[in-house]
Amino acid sequence: MTARAISGTSFRRMVNVVAIFVVALLAVAAKPAGRQSAAIAKERYLSPIEIASSPDGRLLYVVCQDSDEVRVVDVQSSKVVSKVAVGRMPRGIALSPDGRHLYVTNAWSDTVSVIDTADLKVVQTLPTGPEPSGVVSDSSNTTLYVANRLSGDVSVIDLKRGQETKRLLAGRGASYLALSPDGKWIYCTHIYPNAGAFRTQPNSEITVIDTERQMVVERKPLHNVAGVFHVALSSDGRLGVAAQLRPKNLIPLAHVEHGWAFGDSLTLFGDDVGGTVQIPIDELERYYALPWGVAIAPDKSKIFLTTAGSESVTVIDVPRLLKAVRARRQSFVNDLSASADYLLTRIPVGHNPRGVLLSQDGTRLYVANRLDDNVAVIDTATLQLTSTIDLGGPKNSDALRRGERLFYTADFAFQGQFGCANCHLDATIDGLQWDLEPDGFGKDIVDNRSLESLAGTEPFKWNGGNADMPTECGPRTEKFFFRSQSFNQQQLTDLVTFVYSLPYRPNRSRLPNGESTPAQERGKAIFERAKYKSGKPIPDANQCATCHSGPKYTNQKQVDVGTGKSTDRSPVIDVPQLSNVAYSAPYLHDGSARSLEEIWTVFNPKDMHGASNDLTKDELNDLIEYLKTL
Amino acid sequence: MKPRIWLPKIIFATLALLITAAMAAAQDMPLFRWENFTTANGLPDNHVFCVLVDGNRIWAGTENGLGLYENSAWKVFRPAPDQPQQSLAHQAVLSLALDRRTGDVWAGTMGGLSRISAGRIDTFTQLTSGLSNDIVYGVGVQGDFVWTATAAGASRLNTRTGQWALFNERNTPMYEIWTYSVSPADDKVYYAVWGGGVLEYDVKTEHWKDYNDPDGETELVLMKDQGLIHEITTSVSYVDKILWVATYFGASRYDGRYWHNFLQKDSGLPSNFLNQVKAIDANRAWFSTDKGLAYYDGTNWAVYRPALDTHKPEMLVRDSAGTLKKIPVQSTLAHNYVLGVDFQGDDIWVATAKGLSHGIRQKSSLETAHIVNQQKTTRKQ
Repeated sequence: MTARAISGTSFRRMVNVVAIFVVALLAVAAKPAGRQSAAIAKERYLSPIEIASSPDGRLLYVVCQDSDEVRVVDVQSSKVVSKVAVGRMPRGIALSPDGRHLYVTNAWSDTVSVIDTADLKVVQTLPTGPEPSGVVSDSSNTTLYVANRLSGDVSVIDLKRGQETKRLLAGRGASYLALSPDGKWIYCTHIYPNAGAFRTQPNSEITVIDTERQMVVERKPLHNVAGVFHVALSSDGRLGVAAQLRPKNLIPLAHVEHGWAFGDSLTLFGDDVGGTVQIPIDELERYYALPWGVAIAPDKSKIFLTTAGSESVTVIDVPRLLKAVRARRQSFVNDLSASADYLLTRIPVGHNPRGVLLSQDGTRLYVANRLDDNVAVIDTATLQLTSTIDLGGPKNSDALRRGERLFYTADFAFQGQFGCANCHLDATIDGLQWDLEPDGFGKDIVDNRSLESLAGTEPFKWNGGNADMPTECGPRTEKFFFRSQSFNQQQLTDLVTFVYSLPYRPNRSRLPNGESTPAQERGKAIFERAKYKSGKPIPDANQCATCHSGPKYTNQKQVDVGTGKSTDRSPVIDVPQLSNVAYSAPYLHDGSARSLEEIWTVFNPKDMHGASNDLTKDELNDLIEYLKTL
Repeated sequence: MKPRIWLPKIIFATLALLITAAMAAAQDMPLFRWENFTTANGLPDNHVFCVLVDGNRIWAGTENGLGLYENSAWKVFRPAPDQPQQSLAHQAVLSLALDRRTGDVWAGTMGGLSRISAGRIDTFTQLTSGLSNDIVYGVGVQGDFVWTATAAGASRLNTRTGQWALFNERNTPMYEIWTYSVSPADDKVYYAVWGGGVLEYDVKTEHWKDYNDPDGETELVLMKDQGLIHEITTSVSYVDKILWVATYFGASRYDGRYWHNFLQKDSGLPSNFLNQVKAIDANRAWFSTDKGLAYYDGTNWAVYRPALDTHKPEMLVRDSAGTLKKIPVQSTLAHNYVLGVDFQGDDIWVATAKGLSHGIRQKSSLETAHIVNQQKTTRKQ
């Protein structure tokens, strides 16, 4: 049959059928991953994120985040020789000083798996705080320190008794630890900024722990910094380096062309520099997004830094760097031309490079390519990628993996300035409030919202302006934020699939047995109440459960609850979902409420945001205890 | 007749023995050389509400700022809106507690609770957190819990989970909610409730029990040692399973079964108006009163103060027989109105209405005399 033989009616029918088929295909592709996950999740990706090595350097221990295991690699053969199952979502690893044990943090199990390196078996499981991340043992291997991301503290664990003895206050989102070569100090960094006043520059810290006293003795302030990742010390202990982001969230993000989105940088500290010094790693016309893993060569000649959003390793010449730092009296972290003074090279590696490890002799650098399921090997003399160690895992990249790569890469943004993961650190939040719109400074400020379990929470944006995720991730992100090349339809579908796949993290406020505490029960009754304490009915619109209804605790509508500010174009706000709301402070559309309490104690004077003004302090506390369980 | 001959001798010997014992008791009472701090040498304010010893560091909560004395210099913390990480909840600091495991200092203020951790200050208020009230009269640390005594009941923060638990008239026998002081221990937590006696929290059973006027009709005990001396309590100190209570009308000691009360008229207390009691152990305690600082060693009493009439340094010792003796001293507290103490080894730090005093323990009266002579010599020069 030829086209000519088809009648006009038949042709229109065929066009309609094809169009419906295409739309259906796109709709299926863009469906929330929860509906597709049965097909997608058959073979698990590995997602290597951290690396440790045996004392003799013959074995690599690679933490595989998505397969919940440690894969053991024989360096000589470049083969995986063993797999050790650990807890859920492993995130950090450390080798005991005697090399007999590996400590692996399980971020979603709130434990540390202790692995016997001789048998390669888990011999003990230690409890930690919520979302344990970085881990390090003291030099005598009597005490283990674990950075807990959700509680922003460091667990001090007595290894002999296998018990946590105390927690030390660190920065919000405490995540990475490094032990000084003399064993006296532990340095802790954190990925979310510490609490501060509304619309002020973010501040972070490097928390210094005295291992003898097991106490925090110093907090090195990091001004204008939010998002601090790995920290490393030189072998002589005189130079410390932390990888970090400098967000420019007080300026409208529409000024990407001026470089006003993020600065990628390092903080240097220690005797070599005196105090703390922040240095840029970006260049005037090219950014190296998400500086993450860092290592210093044993001879202190070079700093190696993974830039997780730019798929590369940045190599810095330390003597030139120190010379540049000493030559400049004033801060130069915003002078992107300065990096030319100390930059050696950029080495392309795989997708989303994260943890780095230098061999003991310093001749090789191992890089965990998280979204390629392999480890890159770099010759530190030639600064060339020499090989790649395949860790196994699925050979083909499906929509989830492709989407995750798109989420983490900064390639789509103008000059590679940033990607989705810059604001949604590890696919969560950044704890910041952004001035997104080009409507003047300080207008329409918006708080960063969680991405957990998003299906069924549409529309998106705080004003509900984006009806669906393809609109949110597509035109809004690519054109408005990135100011650069657009995603094609396949890419957009992949990205949407990944974002929709982001799960609900374990909720720590729920009791393990599924029951509720008395305070949570009382709070639930308040949340669901239809009458004031006086007995008078509460109007539907003022009942918590009216707007925060359904499985995600949102009715997906937009309402004015009296929280709009004079700087907002409209007081009508999209009803946010409440999944794991306890982890996403600050609150309200603009992040003006520093705590859940402030939503009602400060920002609900007219009782428009739920009937709360007849509650006692006890009852408000109960309500909050309930909200923490959602 | 022989008995008549020997009787006076026996009486004399007995008296001599008692006097000697009393003298010995007097000499055993701690002697101090006092050094005083005021705004003249860096203290943030002379009205000092509380003091906390943290090794070689001294924290002084004053009416206008928190002072930290370290390496012979004062550093002052106050509200600093432009520096949130360095900003104290309020300048009037009413109470202090040290978490000995972490080194964190908790400051109860007139405007909330602040946690000072290696230089960083995080603040909790009734608006930003689950704290029951911003007027935090008392604070104490018990493991992972921080207990506060506020103007609207008791609050307990679980520092691991961030959960707040409130205790007030709705869930305890607290018929007054003006809690003034808290003394937490592993087994019990005690609250001084101003006008409401003492509340006891049993850590194991999580039950509350109150101690008030035994007859329930008045605010004070009618029969001595029948119960808590008075319901207007200002301070509790629970040490070695012994509870010490300060009130505006005397002090009490409770061993779990028996009460023993102390009044100005029948003890060495210089006044019945007490701001604080702080015990060393089951038998020894320090009492902060409006008329000086008192020490009780289980038998004898000592009072340290500027004399109420002449304002000259004064130390009074009262033995078990009630004999009062003046000990010559050359230095004394900054003021007789005492609000609180803390211990630094054998030394003592004292918060007064007109400065902070450091009592440097002298090992013997001889040594005191030596120092006194030295001071006299110095003055002559």
